[in-house]
Amino acid sequence: MIGVALRHRFGRAGFALDVAFDAPPAGVTMLFGPSGCGKSTILSAVAGLLRPDAGRVAVGEAVLLDTARRICVAPEHRRCGVVFQEARLFPHLSVETNLRYGLKRAPADAAGPGFEEVVALLGIGHLLARRPAGLSGGERQRVALGRALLSRPRLLLMDEPLAALDAARRAEVLPFLARLRDVAGLPILYVTHALEEVDALADHLVLLEAGRVVAAGPAEALSMRTDLPLLAGRRDAGVLLACTVRRAVGGLTALGFAGGELLTTARPGPEGTRLRIRLRARDIAIATEEPRGLSTQNILPATVADITPGGDPAEAFVRLAVGPTLLLARITQGSVERLALRPGLPVWALLKAVTFDHRLAALPRPEGDA
Amino acid sequence: MSVWLSPEEWTAVRLSLEVATRSVAVSLLPAVGVAWLLARGRFPGRILLDALVHLPLVVPPVVVGWGLLMLFGIRGPIGAPLHEWFGIRLVFTTEGAALATAVMSFPLIVRAVRLGLEGVDEGLEAAARTLGAGPVDRFLTVTLPLMSPGILAGAVTAFAAGLGEFGAVITFASNIPGETQTLPLAIYAATQTPGGEAVAARLAFVSFTLAVCGLLLAELIARRMGRLLGRAA
Repeated sequence: MIGVALRHRFGRAGFALDVAFDAPPAGVTMLFGPSGCGKSTILSAVAGLLRPDAGRVAVGEAVLLDTARRICVAPEHRRCGVVFQEARLFPHLSVETNLRYGLKRAPADAAGPGFEEVVALLGIGHLLARRPAGLSGGERQRVALGRALLSRPRLLLMDEPLAALDAARRAEVLPFLARLRDVAGLPILYVTHALEEVDALADHLVLLEAGRVVAAGPAEALSMRTDLPLLAGRRDAGVLLACTVRRAVGGLTALGFAGGELLTTARPGPEGTRLRIRLRARDIAIATEEPRGLSTQNILPATVADITPGGDPAEAFVRLAVGPTLLLARITQGSVERLALRPGLPVWALLKAVTFDHRLAALPRPEGDA
Repeated sequence: MSVWLSPEEWTAVRLSLEVATRSVAVSLLPAVGVAWLLARGRFPGRILLDALVHLPLVVPPVVVGWGLLMLFGIRGPIGAPLHEWFGIRLVFTTEGAALATAVMSFPLIVRAVRLGLEGVDEGLEAAARTLGAGPVDRFLTVTLPLMSPGILAGAVTAFAAGLGEFGAVITFASNIPGETQTLPLAIYAATQTPGGEAVAARLAFVSFTLAVCGLLLAELIARRMGRLLGRAA
């Protein structure tokens, strides 16, 4: 378990940070929030690059910071591998020397993947002799990932590692991040303000706003909540759903989830591939009678669990229970009244097979994860 | 008029090169230290140190030479113990000429080194830190290589300026042929001697050539270093 509790104030009347959260000992914990919410400050304090006014940081048994007991381990002894937004590769060293920089300085008894393995994992074998200046942004960030991982850290810290890249480069690096997460077996604290990265990588989510923790918990559980404006207030709000590829059906793919099956035009991978998709609330429609003569492929019997106001006064969130799974639908208040929706009412949830975002469905997750 | 230099003139050229080299060798390490203090240090006397370092740029060189004479003279507060305990005499010696030149060119080196240091991205040092590099390790493997263009530029500039140092050298080390008579001093002496115009012209030409070569060398090194540090992709 990673325990983080920090208090810090910039200047006398400046920005104040006051957060406390725990992160699981494996998997990705995402610190998610708007710019200026203090998420990068938290990462700096965990790495030791910023000394907070007060706080405690512990990774398992190792206490890295405890101002009450006057413990403050120097960053070079914390063994926190950091991936910065700008890769921060040493420009005067070759890619290989960059990669080996942390490895050479890691404690002899620290375990971790070997050099060849990391190079293969990140697909950077052909770059080893090059200088960082000759690499593309995506390549640089992959080398930075390898360098951090090879320093044999007990914890990986990622400070918006994709934010400085354009969409194409992001798409290039994201799968490597997913592979690294699965191979490293390390806890990862990941700072981002991009929901697509949350969907692809987050196991655990810490929502931050103005220097405070708004909510924390498993990413999928938080995505079902309608009381968190940070998530529910977004145009792309919706439930994160873990599913498995079941079979191909006439050009479509059938995805199984707890309580049912969905047809999609996305082709995420072979049978048995586990993945996570975001079902946007605005893509889900509700019918009180089983519809006929409709092009929509996914018509799921469901029960209204509850109805909460949406961010806009003319809108409402309706939570629908499909077996043990909850889906989130965003519809108008007018429709709620016209259909006389109320908790317990049996309904049909409608979802077009073409609405799934192919990009979001593209990251397979291995067995036993999440 | 002979185009070739006489043995005496060669001595002046050789001496100039020697004095300039020794002055750079003496001042380089302290200059890196002082530049570090000025660029990164957070202490109360920083502005004072900054002013002190730059003093030789604004004070007349003769005054600097006089100051050195007061401090390092046989009866000076530093010169006396040096002479008594170690038998080292600086006034009127080649070493003294090198010291005077070093003091005069010190601000030039410090400025260049400081510029080089300020150009080093502290984020890279932070990255090295998170990868397990302690302070000395970090300095030697990241900061020093990245600031080396500044150090080199400082050394070359100081060397070129050192070849021509006049006022401080003549005041502190005097104008002794074969001992402290560097190029500018020899040129000065030639202009004071009837019929010395040819000597002065030849030595002036040598001075000019050395200066141009120094500048070209500095440019060449800067380009090579830039490539080595991955500036030019």
